[in-house]
Amino acid sequence: MTDAISVTGLVKTFGQTRALDDLDLAVRTGEVHGFLGPNGAGKSTTIRVLLGMMRADAGTVRLLGGDPWTDATTLHRRLAYVPGDVTLWPTLSGGEVIDLLGRLRGGLNQQRRADLLARFDLDPKKKARTYSKGNRQKVALVAALASDVELLLLDEPTSGLDPLMEEVFREAVAEEKRRGDKTVLLSSHILSEVEALCDRVTIIRDGRAVETGTLADLRHLTRTSIRAELAGPVDGLADLPGVHNLHAGDGHVTFDVDTAALGAALRRLTDVGVRGLVSQPPTLEELFLRHYEVAR
Amino acid sequence: MTGTWKLVRLILRRDRVVMPLWVVFLGVIPLSYIATIDELFPTAAGKAGYAATSAHNAGFVALYGQLFGSSIGELVTWRAGFLPVMVGLVSVLTVIRHTRAEEEAGRHELIGATVVGRHAGLAAAIVATCAANVVMGALLAVGMAGQGLPGAGSVAFGLQLAASGWVFAGIAAVAAQLTTGAGTARGIAMTVLGAAYLLRAVGDISGMTSGALAWLTGLSPIGWVQAIRPYGDDRWVIVAVVAVATLVLTAAAVVLSSRRDVGAGLLPPRPGPSVGALGSPMALAWRLHRGLLAAWVGGFVVLGVVLGYLAKDVGDLVGDNQELADVFARMGGAGGLIDSYLAGMAGIFGLIAGAYAIQAMLRARAEESGGRAEPVLGTAVGRLAWVGSHLFFSLLGPAAVLLVAGLALGLTHGLNTGDVGGALPKLLASTLVQLPAVWILSAITVVLFGVLPRYAAAAWAALAVCLLFGMVGSAIGLDQWVLDLSPFTHLPHLPGGHVTALPLVLLSGIAVALLAGGLTAFRRRDVPS
Repeated sequence: MTDAISVTGLVKTFGQTRALDDLDLAVRTGEVHGFLGPNGAGKSTTIRVLLGMMRADAGTVRLLGGDPWTDATTLHRRLAYVPGDVTLWPTLSGGEVIDLLGRLRGGLNQQRRADLLARFDLDPKKKARTYSKGNRQKVALVAALASDVELLLLDEPTSGLDPLMEEVFREAVAEEKRRGDKTVLLSSHILSEVEALCDRVTIIRDGRAVETGTLADLRHLTRTSIRAELAGPVDGLADLPGVHNLHAGDGHVTFDVDTAALGAALRRLTDVGVRGLVSQPPTLEELFLRHYEVAR
Repeated sequence: MTGTWKLVRLILRRDRVVMPLWVVFLGVIPLSYIATIDELFPTAAGKAGYAATSAHNAGFVALYGQLFGSSIGELVTWRAGFLPVMVGLVSVLTVIRHTRAEEEAGRHELIGATVVGRHAGLAAAIVATCAANVVMGALLAVGMAGQGLPGAGSVAFGLQLAASGWVFAGIAAVAAQLTTGAGTARGIAMTVLGAAYLLRAVGDISGMTSGALAWLTGLSPIGWVQAIRPYGDDRWVIVAVVAVATLVLTAAAVVLSSRRDVGAGLLPPRPGPSVGALGSPMALAWRLHRGLLAAWVGGFVVLGVVLGYLAKDVGDLVGDNQELADVFARMGGAGGLIDSYLAGMAGIFGLIAGAYAIQAMLRARAEESGGRAEPVLGTAVGRLAWVGSHLFFSLLGPAAVLLVAGLALGLTHGLNTGDVGGALPKLLASTLVQLPAVWILSAITVVLFGVLPRYAAAAWAALAVCLLFGMVGSAIGLDQWVLDLSPFTHLPHLPGGHVTALPLVLLSGIAVALLAGGLTAFRRRDVPS
């Protein structure tokens, strides 16, 4: 199966700033792809290039088999986009905005529209001027999720939603995933959301993809934290490649170990005699922090 | 009121470029009139003759106001009669920008949560605007006195302009409390400004003729400040009256502001439909532009009816003054006088319609920078379809309002003189012939929007240049080639003048070329940028 989105070597500069610097991104058809990065990493710029709103300075970008810059209008019939910062026409009601965006896109599933309005607990009669940030976000989400499209481009879609509504959003995306007829690119900096929803993840930093793969793949790249109560002093652990942050104390030892070196490290411990062992599995959180703390 | 001073400093910081620009510009313009008028009419007798004919020229009186004497100071003040309107306009824009616009954008909330008083934002906007007006007035007074004009009159002249700024700052402060949208508040305040100018014009013209409507001038803040009569009576008491009026307006704004929540207006928003009928960029644009279009059509109908009604009286001005009759006979007699008045008014309609053309086109930029273009362009709507929906209103909106202005002028003047069949086509042609020049202003806005989107508002500078050339260009002695830069210079003066197709075709051609360039640039640039 071809990729719904394939980006290679994408460069985008604004004056002196290099917002995207040789970015690669591949989203397979039918998957929910997490696009992780801190504020200002280039997530929104990437999505705008994918929408043909911004022109790539270098690199190739393919979206649903077309060129997003030249085929923008035809491609846009097949996708729905939720901007990171939703602003609406103050004098239009929420319902009017939803129907407008749906029609401009080529149609809206009325049943899903009604269903989503109920689930997101959104009053479509209110004028957009009176909506809070979260409610504006809901308007854009309902308009996108109720349309029959192949691809959803969601730019930090849950910013401004309360935890209850975040849960509704997760359910809605999970349903799309079960139905299996949509591809989703979900940009976010909320790790739990990405962990819960995404098949694969790309992490971006300073306009460059630093990691990409399934969550399982990424966990292989991370370290497990070990704390062990030992019968005696352990030797040679420090020399073992892949062992980090080693602290040896009175009868116990703590260290982080790369997944590849885990077996070897445990053998050293069992040689001495293990009385207690606590092992913490790697989280995406740690992976994320590791990437950004190194950068800082 | 805690924190007012800090907020004043914030305003000065944010407006550090724009504010000095208008303060200096508006404060210095009248100085250039002195030399021009002295050069044209070096003798006192020459000035007296000029004053006598001007005071009886309805077109001039409508534009600049009444002329009370023939000293150089009085002539300069009179020729600068449009400046109080400009000063009022910038004061309105400044106050709204720092009150309701801040509130709508949510920045007011951010500031309001710090240690500032409830009314500090409003107070700071008024203080900063009024202070800027005082500086402008002082600059003018010093400049005029420096050119050897009487000191007291110069101070009165400076205070005249400053007072106009004060009172419209107060009006804007009230308008800012009424609605939740800055655009509507701006519209309300500018409508009051337009009405004030119109009342003054009608009252003054009536004062020249039958006098039945002369009292209208007394209702207009523009009429008030002109009644200060610098270099003549120097009526200081009127300065005090305007200052008190400003304080009253400010107090009213404070009272209104205490009765509402932050972010809310006095007029509550009504719920809308739960299901929408909008389904195309054009439908959306109609929704966004219809209020503006209706306001402009309404304004032009009123203006057309009033100015058309006055036209007949203009011909009666000659009366039994033989000297004036001779002058006017050279201008084409009573008929020529009426025609020249109507042609002048058609020119004003054209310039004002230019403001609408720019305003309508800048909506596209406001949509883009406000983040509302992105959701639309993210659907199957192409860029040209989107920008075209706004361009449609920038090109055809002015056409519609000039059409109704021509109809209103023609019907009223025709009914008044019993010759609708003659007046209507003549006056329709006089307003519609302005369109090619108006379209150039649309096209300039499109070029800026396409090429330098962040500076799209600079299109107003193009209009300011046209206004300046149209209103004061010949008075400050600009060379013809400079005046030729304004598209409005090339329009035929109708009714009465000759029409040649070439300038109209050339202007339209230039507009089309600029439009094509601007649209191409827009298709190629990043959105938003």
